[in-house]
Amino acid sequence: MTTPVLEVKDLRVHFLLDEGVVRAVDGVSFDVHPGQVVGIVGESGCGKSVTVKAILQIVEPPGRIVGGRILFRKDGASAADLAELDPKGAAMRAIRGAEIALIPQEPMAAFSPVHTVGDQIIEALRLHQRQWRPEGSRLSRGEARQLTVELFRSVGISMPAERVDAYSWQLSGGLRQRAMIAMALSCKPRLLIADEPTTAIDVTTQAQILTLLRDQQRRDGTAIVFITHDLGVIAQMAHHVVVMYLGRVMEQGAVADIFDAPKHPYTRALLKSIPTVRVAPRTLLPTIAGSIPHPLGRPRGCPFHPRCPDAIPGICAERVPALRPVGPGQRASCFLYHRDEADEP
Amino acid sequence: MTRYVLKRLVLLPVLLFLFSVTVFAIVQAPPGDFLTTYVATLASSGSSISAEQVEALRREYGLDQPVWIQYLRWMENLAKGNLGLSLEYQRPNAELIGERLVLTVVLALFSFVFTWVVAVPAGIYSAMHPRSALDYTLTILNYVGVATPNFMLALVLMWSAFAYFGVSVTGLFSPDFVDARWSVARVVDLLKHLWLPAVVLGIAGTARLTRVMRANLLDELNKPYVTTARAKGLSEWRLVLRYPARLALNPLVSTIGWYLPALFSGSLIVATVMNLPNIGPLLLRALINQDMYLAGSILLIYCFLTIVGTLISDILLAWLDPRIRLEES
Ligand SMILES: Nc1ncnc2c1ncn2[C@@H]1O[C@H](COP(=O)(O)OP(=O)(O)O)[C@@H](O)[C@H]1O
Ligand code: SF4
Ligand SMILES: [Mg+2]
Repeated sequence: MTTPVLEVKDLRVHFLLDEGVVRAVDGVSFDVHPGQVVGIVGESGCGKSVTVKAILQIVEPPGRIVGGRILFRKDGASAADLAELDPKGAAMRAIRGAEIALIPQEPMAAFSPVHTVGDQIIEALRLHQRQWRPEGSRLSRGEARQLTVELFRSVGISMPAERVDAYSWQLSGGLRQRAMIAMALSCKPRLLIADEPTTAIDVTTQAQILTLLRDQQRRDGTAIVFITHDLGVIAQMAHHVVVMYLGRVMEQGAVADIFDAPKHPYTRALLKSIPTVRVAPRTLLPTIAGSIPHPLGRPRGCPFHPRCPDAIPGICAERVPALRPVGPGQRASCFLYHRDEADEP
Repeated sequence: MTRYVLKRLVLLPVLLFLFSVTVFAIVQAPPGDFLTTYVATLASSGSSISAEQVEALRREYGLDQPVWIQYLRWMENLAKGNLGLSLEYQRPNAELIGERLVLTVVLALFSFVFTWVVAVPAGIYSAMHPRSALDYTLTILNYVGVATPNFMLALVLMWSAFAYFGVSVTGLFSPDFVDARWSVARVVDLLKHLWLPAVVLGIAGTARLTRVMRANLLDELNKPYVTTARAKGLSEWRLVLRYPARLALNPLVSTIGWYLPALFSGSLIVATVMNLPNIGPLLLRALINQDMYLAGSILLIYCFLTIVGTLISDILLAWLDPRIRLEES
């Protein structure tokens, strides 16, 4: 097995609000290996975006990383703990965009409306020009522009030279997302994080975007963390899946294992609620019983216990199950498998 | 962009015509005319004037004519670039208005610059450090600034300057320069006096603008494009100034046009208290005495400046915001 580019260990991100503490991410661990696509899946509000923002240390206040480690390896070299870096410091900024790039959620508003898209990409190129030109003179605007045109061409934007001078609101949703991918790839990151890159885009374009990301990953061996609430997309894209619920990892493992032999009751429920070829058309899809609790009203014990069909009385509501192996390369946090392995609450 | 400006320039004469009618109607509106007021003033000071003399004057000034004829005469003169004669001062209106108008505009510009130079950075700082000690301090200062009547501030400052430093800070010139011809020395003297009224007149606006800038920027800071810029690795100051601050300014730019007219009327009490030779007191007096051509001319210039101000802020906004610029063409 290769050394992971990224190891997230017991990450905790809390929002200290006047009304109380929101434990948006509360003990998340997963690894990303070079060239691997890791899918993070979970219902809206389960802490996927906060997790990846924490990796880049760009969680908005009053959100704060209150625990855990984020080990990132630059060139197979020794790992740096990103959680220890000053969020505003030069070391962290040298990683953002250059080593770890983010395609943010909401592609509609992810570009400034008063600057051309080209302008915003040229800025990134010149900021991290060392990725392109290890030594020598500074990348000129003209050169950066030329690079941007080529990037646009490589992500399949037609008439790239004209599109560089367009404003984001002049582009279609698909083109905008391609431009965003071009920007994220502009500095040749080792790790690309795509936060729901295909929501709010029509199905055809969606498929094209997924192909584009997968090709990119194959060509340059870029590791990708891919966030979605759609298990179908995970099946197409990812090698490895992390299933999240209420800020915690419920289960993780290779895509095939998770889809064929889901262990965690939440994963099973999620899988039952997506349409597959095996389900006869027009049958009503089962939905997960109950509803997601309010962020401030997290249940005690296993976060899933109020909705879990298999909950063990006297245990699940009391203690928090730890993430433990349930098969080769597969781990789940559930007392059904490890009755005695509990985390600190 | 050119079309955008041209469209607005074409509107200018139309608007001016509408304003001229309105202004004339308003100046005419009070019962009686200049001579009625004049006779009353004379009577109260113990002298008098015969009815025949009054009638002769009324004919001479054209006040016996129907209103629309008076309006047309005014327009005819205006078209020739002649603002007419002040009935009260018996001097050309252009002469009376000229220097005062220049001083008013200069004062407005200074207080405008003061407002923006202070409010924009303060608002940006507050939004970037919400709930910090300095943010709270600025918030308190802002409330005080908005709540203090500017004439009172003027009085307090004048009194303190006099009590503690023995200097008199009224007017816009030292006694030697009040009636002097324009020269470098006079300009220097003006600048020495100008800052205080500029600050006094600008305080409330500065406080308001700081709050608005803070609120706008706080809104913008939560937008996804800021996350994008931050994820790119830009330093905090650079990204805030380049992206959200720029967007937060746009709505403010559209208010530049109102600045001059607001100062025109808002400065009246301060001008009286601080003895500023600007246009406010002249307009007030002209209105009270029904010196209609003087009042009318001032109001019309005032409208003209408002339109020009709005035009300037429209152009600035279009230049700053491509969404407006490209939509119009
Ligand atoms: N700016 C914020 N202020 C307060 N709470 C927040 C903020 N951002 C996120 N949260 C909390 O974190 C939880 C997870 O959010 P997020 O990571 O955006 O979910 P998702 O999995 O849909 O991406 C939300 O339910 C919310 O309670
Ligand atoms: S720990 Fe208990 S409640 Fe939680 S998923 Fe497992 S069985 Fe269900
Ligand atoms: Mg999200």
